[in-house]
This record gives sequence, C-alpha cells and structure tokens, in this order.
Amino acid sequence: MTFNMLIAILAAAITSGTPILFAALGEIVTEKSGVQNLGLEGMMLVGAVSGFMMGYLTHNLFLAVLVAALGGGILALIHSFITITLKANQVVSGLALTIFGTGLSGYLGKPYIGMPAPVKFEIVPIPILSKIPVIGTIFFNHNLLVYFSYILIFVLWFYIYRTRQGLNLRATGENPGAADSLGVNVFRLRYLYTVIGGMLAGIGGAYLSLASAPSWVENMSGGRGWLAVALVIFAVWNPARAVFGAYLFGGVEALGYRMQAIGVTVSPFFLNMMPYLLTIIVLIIVTINTQHKHIGEPEALGKSYDREER
Amino acid sequence: MSNQNKRKIILEKRLQTPKWIGLLVTVVSVFAALIFSSVFLQMTGQNPFEVYRVMFKSAFGSSYGFSETLVKAIPLMMASFGIAMAFKMVIWNIGAEGQLLLGALAASVIALSFPNLPSIPLIVLMMIAAMIAGGLWALIPGLAKSYWNVNEVITSLMLNYVAINIIDYFVYGPLKNPYGSNFPETETFVRNAWLPTFASTRVHLGIIFALLTAIILYFVLNKTRWGYEVKVIGESRNVARYSGMDIKKNIILVMMVSGALAGLGGMTEVSGVVHKLDPHLSIGLGYSAIIVAWLSKLNPFVIVVVSILFGGLINGGFSIQMHGIPAATATMLQGAILFFVLGGDIFARYKIRIIK
Repeated sequence: MTFNMLIAILAAAITSGTPILFAALGEIVTEKSGVQNLGLEGMMLVGAVSGFMMGYLTHNLFLAVLVAALGGGILALIHSFITITLKANQVVSGLALTIFGTGLSGYLGKPYIGMPAPVKFEIVPIPILSKIPVIGTIFFNHNLLVYFSYILIFVLWFYIYRTRQGLNLRATGENPGAADSLGVNVFRLRYLYTVIGGMLAGIGGAYLSLASAPSWVENMSGGRGWLAVALVIFAVWNPARAVFGAYLFGGVEALGYRMQAIGVTVSPFFLNMMPYLLTIIVLIIVTINTQHKHIGEPEALGKSYDREER
Repeated sequence: MSNQNKRKIILEKRLQTPKWIGLLVTVVSVFAALIFSSVFLQMTGQNPFEVYRVMFKSAFGSSYGFSETLVKAIPLMMASFGIAMAFKMVIWNIGAEGQLLLGALAASVIALSFPNLPSIPLIVLMMIAAMIAGGLWALIPGLAKSYWNVNEVITSLMLNYVAINIIDYFVYGPLKNPYGSNFPETETFVRNAWLPTFASTRVHLGIIFALLTAIILYFVLNKTRWGYEVKVIGESRNVARYSGMDIKKNIILVMMVSGALAGLGGMTEVSGVVHKLDPHLSIGLGYSAIIVAWLSKLNPFVIVVVSILFGGLINGGFSIQMHGIPAATATMLQGAILFFVLGGDIFARYKIRIIK
C-alpha cells in the first residue's frame, strides 16, 4: 500500500464517516437530555428522501438540507410526544420510528427511484488549508457538509460542557428531579433536544442522498443509523470522541471499496459485514472497560420523567 | 400563579387496569392509526378508502387471499413468540430477522446435503438444525448481555445485517444452484424436504407447529417455575436477585429459546413455502414480528390472532403495488399502528382527569 493510497483512504474515511457522525452527534444531544431515540435509521431515511425531493424541486441545496432537517425533526417530535408526554417505552417507540420512517421514505421516494440528483454537494477545497501537504488532502478537500460537521463538533462540545444551557441539558439527563426543582423545565428541554437530535439525523440522511451517492435508493442508509446509536456509546456521550468512531467506521467502509477495486480476493459480503462485526466487538470492549466506572451514560437515560414520582 | 382558572389535565395512575379497557384502548388505537394514515394518504394524492379496500379484499376477501395471509402469518407467529419470550424478561431481542435467516440457511444446508433421506427424518433434522442455528445466533448477544451487560439492542440488530450478508455469500457462492440461470438462489429442495400443505393452498404444516408452540409457550410462561422466573426477572432484577434466581443463566437461556423459535420460522418458510434459499426470503418479517409481539401484550394466543392480521397487512401490501401504490405503505402503516398503540397505552395505565 503506497503512502498516497493511505492518504486517499483517510480522506475517504471522513467522506464515508460524516453521515454517521451527524446522526451520532444528534443522538448524543438527545441522550444527554435523558431521552434515548433508537429511530435514527428512520429519521436518516426520511431526511435522505425529503432532502432529495426538495433538491429535485428547487435545485437549491440549502433548502434541501433544511427540509431534510425538518423531516428528521418532525419524526423526532412524534417520538418526543410519545415518550415524554405519554411516557411510553423509549426503546419500542424508537423501533416504531425506524419502521415508520423506513415505510414513509419508501412511500414518498417511490417516484424518485433511479433519478439522478439534479443538484449535489461538490467538493470545495478550502483555499490555503487544502494546500497543506497530507493534512490538506485529508481534511480540507471535501464538500460543505463535511466542513459544517467540523464546526458542529466544536459548537456542540462547547455548548454541552461550557455553557449554562449545556449544564441544564446535562442535569436534565442526569437528575431530572433535581433539575426540575431548580427551575429547569425538564419536559421542554427534552422535547427541544430530541427534536434537534432528529434534525441532525435528517441532515446525515441528506448527506447520503445529496453528497455521497446523489440519488434516492430505498433503505439507502443501510444500518448507518444503528451504527450511530452504537457510536454514541463508544464516544461515552462526548461529541469530540464521536469523531474518531465515525471516521473509523468510515475508514472500514472506504477500505472495503478500495480492496474490491484493487481486486483483493476477499468476498465482498465479508467486507460488507465488517462495520457491523466491528461495532459488536468494539461495543463489547468498551462496555467491559467502562462498566464499573459509570462514565458517560446519563443517569436517567431511557426513563420517563414523572413529577409525581420524583 | 396567575392562571388559577386554567383547566389542568391530571394523570392518575390506575392501580389495576381492567382487561376490557386494555383491549378497548388497543383496538381504538389501531383505528386511530388507520385514520391518521388515511389523512396522510389523502394528502399525498392517494384515495385512502381505495387503498384500505384493496388491501383488505386481497388479504381477507377470498379463500385464496386468506390462505396467502395465513402463509405470511406463520413465520410472523414463530418469530413473535421468541420476541415475546425475551421481551417478557425485558431483554430487547431485535435480532429475529437474522435468527430467522440463519435458521433458514441451516435448514437449507441439511435439505441440500441429505436429499436421499426419507421425508420425516429429513424434516425433523431440518427443524433441529434451524433451531440450533437461530439459537446460537441469538446466543452471541445473549452472552454479551449476561456476562458484560453489553447493550443487546445494538448487538442483536447488528447481527441482522451480518446474517443478510452471510446468506448472500452462500446463495451467490457455495450454495448457488449449479444448474440454474444466474439467479442468486439454491437448487429447489427434493420433495422429501417440503412440508406438506393443506388441500390446494400454500398453507403448510408450519401452522400446526405455530399453534402447538403457542400452547406450549403459554403453559411454560404461566405454569412452570422457569416461566415464573422469567416474569419476576422481567418485573424486577433486584427482587429476582434477592430470591436467588440466576439472572445470567436465564438471559442466556431466554435468548437461545427466542432465537431458536425465530430460526424455526425460517425453516418453515424455506421448507413450506419457497422450497429453496433465496436472499429475499424475509423482507422485514423479523421487524414486523416485534410489532406483533408488542401489540399482543406478549401473550402467545393473542400473537396468533395479531399475526394473522399482520399477515393480511403484508399480503395486502403486495397487492396494492399492482394498483400503483407503493408497497412501503404497508410498512408505514405498521409503524403508525405501533406508535398509536404505544401512545394510546397511557389511557390504560392512567385515568385522565380534567380539573379546574
């Protein structure tokens, strides 16, 4: 393997990892508030299809991404209503969201199957920075959504750990009763952050249909939403750490394509299952290592908040 | 407070939910889901009544349609029994899809390897192989959960994607029909490996297996010491621990039984319906089975009924395609139904009061 090829794979790792990163960042925000949303896969698919449709209608990428975010957000709103207001089981509601989103995207996207995207995110090298050897090629030779994700990582990290609102967000997920008694509106915050999480998943979906493979294919997320759910655990709920996991997944995916391209005689089906196997192995290792330290996982994650039972 | 006169909605927890309220709430929720979806269908330019009419008619309107609905219901029942068992213990086995596929694979390998065996031993062997394969596939998340408390939702789900690729590997590679055209599928099994069917329908012996399983499962869950342990562990891990129950062992056991049942569903599908292994064997049956299990409140007999209704929904979903309506409509309806049932459950758990 030549040095140039290694650089190409690292750059491709970012390209392939970004949709997972968006979804994982969204889920981190949601879970920090104590709500678990396993519907990422469904929200990504709805984001992908609604972004594609809007791109098709308006030829405007900004509007397309906006609509994708709205699509993911609306689905997350359903999850919020069912789990926060109606206090239903979050695991099952998340599954319902995935199934509903899969069906909804298939329904809406039917007329668009096989159509090329009229607009798509092109690679925009950043002046000066992209000229830095190695680093420039790996990090600064991407499309705009990738750059947006770079900014988002910093913004979210700063917001969660360095602002008053971030403190309230974490308190809501750690100890909603205490947060409530200090005047934090637990219900409102949980709604807010669940919807924001859904919007980011929607953008991750739009990335798939408008940047990585500009088209609409039924079920095109292919499990990336679930990889993102796992990624949140690897990242111990920290946006800065989610980056490494997302690019690792992206790298495995990119490596698979490269190996097929240069004719390595490994079954393509084996390469396809690599990200999922890797997830299981890493999840087991991470769980064993973090088990008795109680790091990361919000204390009240997955539990509905009931004022009467505080 | 300034808004003293504002009406307030108060939720009061019911100490006990009468059975009829639970049933009523579920039925009303399903109808609400259908109404909600009809508004959506209308908005997107479909005639909802036409969609429902076509679906219902093709699923239940003729004896042929109904027999096809039953055919779809069989693997749903089997997978759903397994899921219900795991959910009862609050173990989220989301991997029925993969467990079913691996069961189908194992049964196919047996059928293709021993074409000279007489029918009964061959079919029994296929059943055993399928149950072992499904059980072992579920053992992976089971072990990880019981020993290291690894999130079983993710591990069992990831294994679905792995299973699909394993099936693809086999039908494109070692098990590919050597005499056939380029389709990725195995040879058709010898007749001895086929489950007998009823009269001229495609309904096969698997339905009897499913009904028997429902009875056995009901008995195990309600009348045996083990069923009692499963319930207690599901209700409170602490109570179970204090009364000396082995939670680790039970998690592993329940996951294996759960996977074995789904695997058997895969076997009945290849042996009773398709008579070969092809990659489109299960299009989301394992996921629909999760909805069925939840809607049935994890009760084996209710699962039988709800599986038939959902078999109809899936069957109807295929039919509306011929009327130019996307088959994904059926998937969407399933998701909507689960949402409404899940949300509607608040009326079963709480009394709603409006006070001034």
